[in-house]
Amino acid sequence: MNLTTTYMGLKLKHPLVASASPLSRSVDQIKRLEDAGAAAVVMFSLFEEQIKHESNALAHFQEHGTESFAEALSYFPQIDQPFKLSSDQYLETLHQASHACQIPILGSLNGLTTEGWIRYARKMQEAGAAGIELNVYSIAANPTLPGSAVEQRYLDVLKAVKYAVDVPVALKLSPFFSSMAHMARQFDQAGADALVLFNRFYQPDFDLEALEVVPNLQFSTPFEIRLPLMWIALLYGKIKASLAATGGVHSGLEALKYLMAGADVVMTTSALLQHGAGYLGTLLQQVKEWMEAHEYESVSQMKGSMSQRNVADASAFERANYIKVLESFKGEYLTS
Amino acid sequence: MDKRKIAIVDGNEAAAHVAYRANEVCAIYPITPSSPMGELADQWAVERRTNLWNTVPQVVELQSEGGAAGAVHGSLQGGALTTTFTASQGLLLMIPNMYKIAGELTSTVFYVAARSLAAQALSIFGDHSDVMAVRSTGFALLCASCVQEAHDLALIAQAATLESRVPFIHFFDGFRTSHEINKIELLSDQDMRALISDELVWAHRARALNPDRPFVRGVAQNPDVYFQARESVNPYYERAPAVVQRAMDAFKKRTGRPYHLFDYFGDPQAERVLVLMGSGVEAAREAVEHLTERGEPVGVVQVHLYRPFSTEDFLKALPDTVKAVAVLDRTKEPGACGEPLYQDVVTVLSQAYSQGKRKTLPRIIGGRYGLSSKEFTPAMVKAALDELKKKRPKHPFTLGITDDVSHTSLAVDPDFRVSAPGVTQAVFFGLGADGTVGANKNSIKIIGEETDFYTQGYFVYDSKKSGSRTTSHLRFGPRPIRSTYLIQQASFVGCHQFNFLEKIDVLKVAAPGAVFLLNSPYGPEDVWDHLPGPVQEQILGKKLKFYVIDAYRMALENEMGTRINTMMQTCFFAISGVLPRQEAIEKIKGAIEKTYGKKGQEVVRKNFEAVDGTLANLFEVELPATTAGPALPSAVPPQAPEFVRNVTAMMMADRGDELPVSALPVDGTYPSGTTRWEKRNISQFVPIWEPDLCIQCGNCSFVCPHSCIRAKLYPEPALSGAPQGFKSAPLRGKGYPDQRYTLQVYVEDCTGCTLCVDVCPAKSKEVSGKKAINMGHKEPILAQERDSVQFFEALPQVERGRIDFSTVRGVQYLEPLFEFSGACAGCGETPYLKLVTQLFGDRMIVANATGCSSIYGGNLPTTPWSFNRQGRGPAWSNSLFEDNAEFGFGLRVSADKQLQQASELVEALREQIGADLAEEILSAPQRTEGQLIAQRERVTQLKEQLQALQDPRARHLLTLAGHLVRRSVWTVGGDGWAYDIGYGGLDHVLASGRDVNILVLDTEVYSNTGGQASKATPLGAVAKFAAAGKAVGKKDLALMAIAYGNVYVARVALGANPQQTLLALRQAEAYPGPSLIIAYSHCIMQGINMEHGLRQQELAVKSGCWPLFRYNPELKNVGQNPMELDSARPSVPLERYAYNELRYKMLTYTNPERAKQLLALAKADVEAKWAMYEYLARREAPAASAPPADGNHDAPLQEKTS
Repeated sequence: MNLTTTYMGLKLKHPLVASASPLSRSVDQIKRLEDAGAAAVVMFSLFEEQIKHESNALAHFQEHGTESFAEALSYFPQIDQPFKLSSDQYLETLHQASHACQIPILGSLNGLTTEGWIRYARKMQEAGAAGIELNVYSIAANPTLPGSAVEQRYLDVLKAVKYAVDVPVALKLSPFFSSMAHMARQFDQAGADALVLFNRFYQPDFDLEALEVVPNLQFSTPFEIRLPLMWIALLYGKIKASLAATGGVHSGLEALKYLMAGADVVMTTSALLQHGAGYLGTLLQQVKEWMEAHEYESVSQMKGSMSQRNVADASAFERANYIKVLESFKGEYLTS
Repeated sequence: MDKRKIAIVDGNEAAAHVAYRANEVCAIYPITPSSPMGELADQWAVERRTNLWNTVPQVVELQSEGGAAGAVHGSLQGGALTTTFTASQGLLLMIPNMYKIAGELTSTVFYVAARSLAAQALSIFGDHSDVMAVRSTGFALLCASCVQEAHDLALIAQAATLESRVPFIHFFDGFRTSHEINKIELLSDQDMRALISDELVWAHRARALNPDRPFVRGVAQNPDVYFQARESVNPYYERAPAVVQRAMDAFKKRTGRPYHLFDYFGDPQAERVLVLMGSGVEAAREAVEHLTERGEPVGVVQVHLYRPFSTEDFLKALPDTVKAVAVLDRTKEPGACGEPLYQDVVTVLSQAYSQGKRKTLPRIIGGRYGLSSKEFTPAMVKAALDELKKKRPKHPFTLGITDDVSHTSLAVDPDFRVSAPGVTQAVFFGLGADGTVGANKNSIKIIGEETDFYTQGYFVYDSKKSGSRTTSHLRFGPRPIRSTYLIQQASFVGCHQFNFLEKIDVLKVAAPGAVFLLNSPYGPEDVWDHLPGPVQEQILGKKLKFYVIDAYRMALENEMGTRINTMMQTCFFAISGVLPRQEAIEKIKGAIEKTYGKKGQEVVRKNFEAVDGTLANLFEVELPATTAGPALPSAVPPQAPEFVRNVTAMMMADRGDELPVSALPVDGTYPSGTTRWEKRNISQFVPIWEPDLCIQCGNCSFVCPHSCIRAKLYPEPALSGAPQGFKSAPLRGKGYPDQRYTLQVYVEDCTGCTLCVDVCPAKSKEVSGKKAINMGHKEPILAQERDSVQFFEALPQVERGRIDFSTVRGVQYLEPLFEFSGACAGCGETPYLKLVTQLFGDRMIVANATGCSSIYGGNLPTTPWSFNRQGRGPAWSNSLFEDNAEFGFGLRVSADKQLQQASELVEALREQIGADLAEEILSAPQRTEGQLIAQRERVTQLKEQLQALQDPRARHLLTLAGHLVRRSVWTVGGDGWAYDIGYGGLDHVLASGRDVNILVLDTEVYSNTGGQASKATPLGAVAKFAAAGKAVGKKDLALMAIAYGNVYVARVALGANPQQTLLALRQAEAYPGPSLIIAYSHCIMQGINMEHGLRQQELAVKSGCWPLFRYNPELKNVGQNPMELDSARPSVPLERYAYNELRYKMLTYTNPERAKQLLALAKADVEAKWAMYEYLARREAPAASAPPADGNHDAPLQEKTS
């Protein structure tokens, strides 16, 4: 059985990739993912805000209260050696992992400024990243900013990074574009080597007792594959860029669905966080077993087989399908 | 001669540089102002820098200077070249070992940044009291007068001690030299190797204890031989001066810098000469040069080697023509016929005259100068030399003060100055928080390194830890700068805080035609109208060039908070022209890159932008011809007590130097509660109360570190006459109809720490971000709130008998008797102290260990320990750092004895005062507030009766009757005291069974001296002396105390469980034996966001780092387990707590692997500790232990903790 696939120009032994998560924080962990069978690993995201915050906080707390009081002109030992900030440690881990592993290691970056995107993308390339995933993760909360400007920002970031590095560049997106398909095409034209669909947006929760807004990131559920599944199926064959599916992969079945929709690779995080890195092997085994049982010979054989282009009823992905869903709903609960 | 490296360093670094390289072991303990020497040694060892023998010295921290001296002694006897760094009381603690080390003729150099000794008060500043106190130990005393000498003589001392076998103290003046930054030529390793002979090092080793060739040393001797043995060392002391001079000569040969045991400067035919040592020599040289140029026959003898005192060399140095000598001592020896150096000079000259070595005996007078870094200027030198012209010159005399009591002081010509051609003198006034000092240190480096100019920087700090004012004195010039005194005429004055103009005379120091740079919220057009009149007058009168910049606005725009250093530094270079503008800007940027580069580019970028934007925001002000500004407000209000108006206010206005001797108390006694008169207004943002939202829980008031939030309940009619804007709400609480509640914020005393807002649980239903207390701009409400505070103060105080002491809600109505301290904004220690004073303050005596709490608690000009309306309040004192437990114990013993006497007298006078009253007084329980109030009333009644009695015993009893109300004795200090230096005493007091309450404010680090590790420092935290992260766990002081079985022990964290803290303090106080409360105190030194200090406390508890518990031995008497765990099992990962703090986080940046290892060890430690506490709390109740020595045995105080 031929499980190989090509993702943004990289030949992978199979389509299961460990996506950005805390499981890639150290070389050992990345090695474990490789050992568990990951075809590639996307490292956890490096956030430009975090780097800035860290730099500011370090300077602030080292200086705070110093040179104020005759007895205590400083509070911390002044060691004349470079600090390894998160970004330095990230790049070091990336560097070591890319040498220690046979599989491609991709860097993941979430920038804030154009300068930041370029600087850290270059550094990731220098550190040995086989590719870079741009996690464009911003919330268009500014009411004066039109959608076109938001879209342009995405494109600008992509072009800037593409210009700055030679390694392939993937764009991890949110689904909230007025015209996702059009955007995908624009990203394609701007040189994106892959689109990763979709990132899970920061959706805060409320703590009713404390009356506070609190971060609340939950593990994905298999149900969450629906949105990316639809868009991958819609985009398959319409753009040159590779497609990566992410979100909701908890068994081989979700992976198979994504592949059939047209994904070149399938990424998983929650399942690995819940079950450990070794679960990647289980997923792969499930995919293999299903393929064997259903007599598939290769991944390429099934890739896109259920995309909009290739299904019998292409309207199943569009409005007509919505009406069908409503009708079935009525049928089940109201008319019987 | 070799070209040597130039360095811009302070005296401490200059000395440490040699000490580190010429030694194999450094045994250290922090004490100001010597701490940086030990810190540098530690830092270099961590950086793996090697010494002259290519090995990294061992740097070890001890638990006290006594311990350090012992370790030095041992290490020396073991054969290693060993040193230590210390000052003041630290040196005194070394005395016993110093006698031993000298007695055994052991080669070593102790480095001392000479400092005042605690007498009527502690002082951290410089004089020779400490070194003079050890002059009989047998150590040689070698004195440096400036930074270069601190460096050079260090090597000479190291060389001489090996050759002479006499141990050396190499000392220089604390702060004036130890902290002065100057441009020096650094000695190379070759220089040092040339002077330090390997053969002598080997000989030192060969003399060490060694089982391969054993001997005994340190025997006990008897009357038959001790004396002779003591005399046996004489030849070594006789030879030592020559050895030192040989080393000096060898030194000159290599470096070209000549030194002598006594150096003479001035007219070779001088008639009048000063003799002195230390930094004052430099000022004296300046004055003498100036005077000799004008034909005056004067000179100065500089003493380098004070012990052994070489008579011959002294006589050689002193011109034969001298007719009169004034000897200046920087120390005081009360009751002596003269200070030590004076006595030596008298002796030497008398001997020389009587032995015919001198034909004449000059007139010799002695004077004191410069105690506690008091300024010593060329004008004072001239005054002393002029005094020698008189027929009957004063002896003893004093310089630099006005002594209107003993009339010792000499008049000094205020206008006498020596010329300093080509020297730029600049003075900058800033706040600690605004980065002024750091920027100036930077400027000195830039100028010193990039130009041929010599540079000097000296920095003066005020006595507060929050909102502290700094003054920087910078000199640059073509010749080495010897001016060891503050700038008197500056050609550049920078005032980095606009409001200073109203508080101090900023322009007094401005020379005519000087440049004045002001950080001003007002632009060039309208700034003039906002200047006080006297400032306007000085600008016009001195024809100053006046520039303004709104640096705070720029800082805000650049997200730099309150750091305006970069902008102000750029302005200085732009205006002063010390360097070409563009070059200066490049250098500033270079310095920024150097400072911040390793911490990430973000901070570098911000600062670069600030530099680039500065010049566009710098404006010269066109001066009008007239002045119309308001007069300066007085420092304190007219209703302040006389002492505060006449004395305290002068110190507050930076005019303490002008106070005459008669103005000051003779025995160090000062009035309590003076901070209330110093409205510091250091925060632009203050809490604003929302009466409608407030649930009156008292949390904000409870946590306020500065006692700025106070609550009162009062009957509605009391509101009549309330000023407009006075806030009030109906009291929430059953049983209090028609009562009103006010939470008053003392906005002028608030430091803006925001802990109150953080802890407030009440939120608006409409706007969830709005609480019942929120930070807001102070300026718009300032006038109104001043009136409100005044009205609030006049409202009746709730009677203590009506207050529920057992709840946080109740405690808010208790008057704090510790208020408005100068502690850091958001201090984690002071809320505990405030609470203790609320609960027990009116009958409390405090023994306070030296440290942060003694400084914010007792540093002049104003002090926070206060008193209530009846005039009662905590009586506070500080003995030392090391003996605080014993000091508190003494206070207890004294109180107990006097109580006993009072009781005996009551018994004896039973019939005269009435048997019932006597019986009640003697048997009354005094545990609850109600019982105490009743006893107080009885004692008042007793006193009235005693007044009427003729019996002499009645008079006696009157002086003791106060003791019949139970005294609450508190021993307070930090972890440095309790865990380290004072532990022996603390342990003894715990074991004594006496009713002493010990409060340990545990910040887990030496806070006051700048963040050195203590035994309370937790595993994995980075601190000075533990730069690689502390590898062993925190000492469990609580568990050690529990082991006694009859000590009340509690571990508390006010931010995690205020109710438990409250209960523990009350139980501890009620417990009739020793009590130990270890209080988690978040601290600026932990590298945390102080706004969330209380949340960190909560995380410390939830992570298991700081389990809360109480061990109450009284419970054993009622068959219960004395150990009560007050916090739940750890529920938060340790890293979630630890990595909010730079002390832990830092290691993840410097050594991530080690950080991981230490975190794992720390987790294991937490788990093991928790298991132990859980075991103790779950086991069966142990048998009742022996009762405390002097306790009563009422039922234990038991309440819920939450």
